[in-house]
Amino acid sequence: MSAPDTTPDTLTPVLTRRWSEERSWTLETYERTGGYRALRTALAAHPDQLITLVKDSGLRGRGGAGFPTGMKWSFMPQGAEGPGAKPKYLVVNADEGEPGTCKDIPTMMADPHSLIEGCIITSYAIRANFCAIYVRGEALHPIRRVRAAVAEAYAQGYLGKDVLGSGFDLDIVVHAGAGAYICGEETALLDSLEGRRGQPRLKPPFPATAGLYASPTVVNNVETIASVPFIVAGGSDWFRTMGSEKSPGPKIYSVSGHVERPGQYEAPMGTTLRTLLELAGGMKDGIPLKFWTPGGSSTPMFTAEHLDVPLDFEGAAGAGSMLGTTAVQVFNETVSVPWAVMKWTEFYKHESCGKCTPCREGTYWLVQILERMVHGEGTPEDVETMLDVCDNILGRSFCALGDGATSPITSAIKYFRQEFLDLIAEQPAVARPEQLADVERADGTELSGVSA
Amino acid sequence: MTLPEGTPEKLPGPAAPAERTWEARPDQHPVSPTFDELTRRRAKEVIARYPVARSALLPLLHLVQSVEGYVSQDGIRFCAEQLELTTAEVSAVATFYTMYKRTPCGEHLVSVCTNTLCAALGGDAIYRSLGEALGEPGRPLGHEETAGEPGSPGSITLEHAECLAACDLAPVLQVNYEYYDNQTPESAVALVEALRRGEKPPPTRGAPLTDLRTVELELAGFTDDETVAAAAVAGPSAAPESLRGTALAAERGWAAPALPDEPPALPPLPEK
Repeated sequence: MSAPDTTPDTLTPVLTRRWSEERSWTLETYERTGGYRALRTALAAHPDQLITLVKDSGLRGRGGAGFPTGMKWSFMPQGAEGPGAKPKYLVVNADEGEPGTCKDIPTMMADPHSLIEGCIITSYAIRANFCAIYVRGEALHPIRRVRAAVAEAYAQGYLGKDVLGSGFDLDIVVHAGAGAYICGEETALLDSLEGRRGQPRLKPPFPATAGLYASPTVVNNVETIASVPFIVAGGSDWFRTMGSEKSPGPKIYSVSGHVERPGQYEAPMGTTLRTLLELAGGMKDGIPLKFWTPGGSSTPMFTAEHLDVPLDFEGAAGAGSMLGTTAVQVFNETVSVPWAVMKWTEFYKHESCGKCTPCREGTYWLVQILERMVHGEGTPEDVETMLDVCDNILGRSFCALGDGATSPITSAIKYFRQEFLDLIAEQPAVARPEQLADVERADGTELSGVSA
Repeated sequence: MTLPEGTPEKLPGPAAPAERTWEARPDQHPVSPTFDELTRRRAKEVIARYPVARSALLPLLHLVQSVEGYVSQDGIRFCAEQLELTTAEVSAVATFYTMYKRTPCGEHLVSVCTNTLCAALGGDAIYRSLGEALGEPGRPLGHEETAGEPGSPGSITLEHAECLAACDLAPVLQVNYEYYDNQTPESAVALVEALRRGEKPPPTRGAPLTDLRTVELELAGFTDDETVAAAAVAGPSAAPESLRGTALAAERGWAAPALPDEPPALPPLPEK
């Protein structure tokens, strides 16, 4: 146990602490372990005090972008007249789908009440009386758990009319999505929640002024909202005992791939891959690390050179990537980089909503090039062509999906250009492409991510 | 109104047409009888959950899929009627989302994650093995194709899926959106063979396996009875892999700085 002004422990389970409790998802367990006390504190306060508290805590959005949460809440117009008079909404983004990201689903499975308590406190702070939790449809069991938690909270008087006698009303709806990665983008999520195709909106106006039903709306990630009760219970100074000045708090690092013990490791912000690998038992079977993502496939990849980069918002950005969702996907030397990039690009092509031409067409052409290359028909111009296509996508679409689609490609070429060139060079020097249809690779192996 | 002179005001008008009755053509019937009173009542219930009716469209599409096993043209019309939208507006939405199937599905939907990380750990091999196990010799089952008569017991629709957000448990697959973690080609083939025989092997974490239509009803927000609802919330708190961090912390005596016994005073109300 650490005193507030000393270095925190290597692992600091806060959000994940309840997960190992027996029947951790029930109201009984939640209340027995301190749950719904923060709500009582919050309801006794003025909503603006809560907004100030969250601002002081330095909590930043856990969904990838890292926007300061308290500031987002303070952008909501308040007051009896003008835009403040409109109904206000809280929308929780539980559409977890960024490749590598797997923290919100276990959170909703194991500790749904921390999310519900966070929703109630947040709604009270921003003066919302309706909250929607948008969960991706494939997350069936988490949906059940969150719905059961909502029902328990209603029965206990934490939801509905006059929450705990405070005069504050709140309804929560758990909304199942239907399979579209793009709905993790906040404005696409809002369109989807309005019963439309999930396509991003041009910003501004931002959701704080014109969100759900064109009313002021806060959209926050599950992990962000689930942190709120702990901040109320512990205060901003407690929260800041973990992490750095600009990226405070604990963070769930989802370590997956070629490590001995993949899993969820909640540690102070700024933990390095070197530490995470130690915690996860090292590289699987001792095969060396080749590349990894700090926060999902949309964050530019890192290599073994980046073992000591502090994984917080500033550290990851300073080393040329992004913190994203701290989805640490680890790949060893058996994995072909062009193959991995092809698979990711196929994903972005499938998930591009089609609204913006650079993203829709660009991902389509990038897949064509990469598939051709991986199947033995690459040309020396392909690398430059891909960089050129990426240059025409990056920053030229409404939302971050297009930008994210370029990250694996540009970062892979930055660190592994020679691997692309070698792959192209070793291809048979015969006229392409139709003569190549049946040509095996010279050594008879199949190029894939799976080690032989 | 005065009429100009000579207007044949008083002349006998044309004979009234003989009484004719128009029978509605069956294909013009607004909604298929497939959607019974219960489904209509459920639709109204879904709509009542939201401040604006149209927000109910995604759950309604899950609802019609629970009735028919896919989103049919009738299903589109049903949703359009319930929400006073055009069928074009509903179709535009139904075709956007992967989970709405436009052709009849099997009793079970098997979704194999073939995104990069799962694929590198064997997801591609699993998908290939399942295609071969469920297809004909020389013709493996393809994406969104069904083995067996759609809807019949033991029939299976196969698909490759994008990241299923269970990367620490890779490679994963889902049957009717229930997770089967840490799969191999052998375990996955054994699983679908059991499904074909009408068995329902339990998922790694989650509720006892049912079928796609039951699950679609749950996604729309309904469970048929309390026993089912109770079973649905059962299962472990988390996969053992997800608990590795907390277990390791306990083992090594690591913890977050303790929360104070009483919450500290909140910051003062900011001045306007």
